[in-house]
Amino acid sequence: MSAPTIEKGIQSIKAQIDAPIGSFFSACVHCGLCAEACLFYTETEDPRYTPINKVEPMRRIWEQEYTLVGKLKKLLGLSKPVDEKTFSDWETLVYDGCSLCGRCSLVCPVGNDISGMIRKVREGFAAAGHAPEGLIGATQRAVEIGSPMGVKLPAVKAQIGHLKEDTGLDAPLDVQGAEYMVLLSSMEIMNFPEYMEAIARIMKQAGKTWTISSKAFEATNSGIQIGVSDLAKVLVERVVDAAEELGVKTVISPECGHAFTAIRWEGANLIGRPYKFEVKHILEVLDDFTQQGLIKTEGMEEAKLTYHDPCQIARKGGVVQQPRNLLNMIATNFVEMEDPGVMNWCCSGGGGVSANERADELKLTAFKRKKSQLDALGVDTLVTACANCRLTLEEGLEEYEMDMPVVGLTEMLAEHLVTDKEEPSQ
Amino acid sequence: MDPNVLLNWARGPGFEIALAIFVLGMLLRLLEILSLGKKPDLSAPRGSGPQGGMRTVVSRTFPRSAVLKKEPLRVINGYILHIGFFVVLFLYEPHIEFFKSSFGLSWPGLPSGMVDAISAITILSLIGALIIRLNNKVMRFLTTPGDYVAWVITLLPVLTGYLAFNHLLLPYTLMLAIHLLSVELLLVVAPFSKLTHMFSFALARWYQGYQAGRRGVES
Repeated sequence: MSAPTIEKGIQSIKAQIDAPIGSFFSACVHCGLCAEACLFYTETEDPRYTPINKVEPMRRIWEQEYTLVGKLKKLLGLSKPVDEKTFSDWETLVYDGCSLCGRCSLVCPVGNDISGMIRKVREGFAAAGHAPEGLIGATQRAVEIGSPMGVKLPAVKAQIGHLKEDTGLDAPLDVQGAEYMVLLSSMEIMNFPEYMEAIARIMKQAGKTWTISSKAFEATNSGIQIGVSDLAKVLVERVVDAAEELGVKTVISPECGHAFTAIRWEGANLIGRPYKFEVKHILEVLDDFTQQGLIKTEGMEEAKLTYHDPCQIARKGGVVQQPRNLLNMIATNFVEMEDPGVMNWCCSGGGGVSANERADELKLTAFKRKKSQLDALGVDTLVTACANCRLTLEEGLEEYEMDMPVVGLTEMLAEHLVTDKEEPSQ
Repeated sequence: MDPNVLLNWARGPGFEIALAIFVLGMLLRLLEILSLGKKPDLSAPRGSGPQGGMRTVVSRTFPRSAVLKKEPLRVINGYILHIGFFVVLFLYEPHIEFFKSSFGLSWPGLPSGMVDAISAITILSLIGALIIRLNNKVMRFLTTPGDYVAWVITLLPVLTGYLAFNHLLLPYTLMLAIHLLSVELLLVVAPFSKLTHMFSFALARWYQGYQAGRRGVES
């Protein structure tokens, strides 16, 4: 991100414009239905947050550079320019007012992938020096230190140490030829250490070999959120190199939404080649294990609970049925929110919004959508499968004085594993 | 001017010129889009891209229930407008005759009384679309002069056709000539307006559906 300029921003946006984007802009009829799908619009009722408006700078560049009519209009001085002011006016719409949740893309009658376009237009905003401080910091830390929250290997080792002390379980580092390589998100290392314990228990019962790489334990990729592909590539390469060096069969993406998008869908395109391993989300792996009878559970959660679908995992990741299968194994009173699964409403903190302090107030306003969904259900517990959703939900619930625990599904499942009687009681 | 001369011009050279501009214009727009290219997706697929593309081209015709519940008027009016326009355009016997003489293809039509009623509904629906647009905060915000141009050039052929059929306002021959000219206006302007969505919607749905199909996600 050296010496950003408006010119670089425009060039970067031009580089993102491809045939799908041309078709999207050519097809838009200004029906405005995308706004109704966007929690940043429905909760603020500010039309500037209409999803298609967030990519207006990109539309102008597309029209002026790649259409005959646009070129004529530009010649005649009839078109609106994209300049410094455009970037500063749109910066908060592109970053603060969009969690890249993708709900708009699913309702557009002409089929425009609006959220995909917003992801791409961010490349231009970052190149023009119009990205939020919080995200710039997170990305710098990720590249220089190895994690967006500044978590280093000793912190992971310390957690492994605690795990051994408390439970006798191991989280083996750098095991050559292990079947699975497990990635963690910073939040799981710092805020939710239960995750690592859950994985250790599950893998032990399933009888699978697994490892954590000391070179690439971090799954989150803020390069994707901020929209700097070359940094995103550095972060993906770290994981790919580690996985291929260790010769693992499968890399497991943790309970983190955009980490899954980064490693599962964008990664191979960033590094320019397919991987030599598979990538699965932890919920896919858990569902596989239960289908194969490798893990068995006992006891049921009695509390009335619901599941919050993380956007990147359900809508954009296709992991919709698995969490429901898993929950039905361990909960007697699992109820669905309105619009569950692919049409679920975002927690309000995705796509880098939660890492962007400037967006805090807007995020809490947008959270009202989730609040009203939860109010309508009256549940005791909220289960999810993304550490970022979890933190955002916890903050929102606290802000609106809603007393409800937020639990990660992997941990909840691990709590119900049938206890192995031969387990050494160290 | 003798209305017959005008009508003959509109039926003959006028239509041919307009049709040529329409076809070449739409091909240009298509070329503008396709020439932008698309990088291959290297991520490991979970499903079929082409299947997803075809599925979304069809499935996106139907609204998600969450949208229909929230915006029933806008969605239903959109259906009436589109279906009405196509019925009037393609199922009115004299139009079918015109297509037959121009392109050699024909198909069964609807009784003219029914088409007359449907064109009245379509006109009302177009007026409704404008009222909805003017009264909706988001739509007003998004609206550009091009939206009004597209509205006018879509309304004119339906309106003048209705007036001609019912012998209203102007002598029949003159109204029919104006009707044909309004169709030609639509043909000439459409490729350079948001009416390009008449074909680009399929491309847009295809591209989104293709990616969704590869990823094994709904679209």
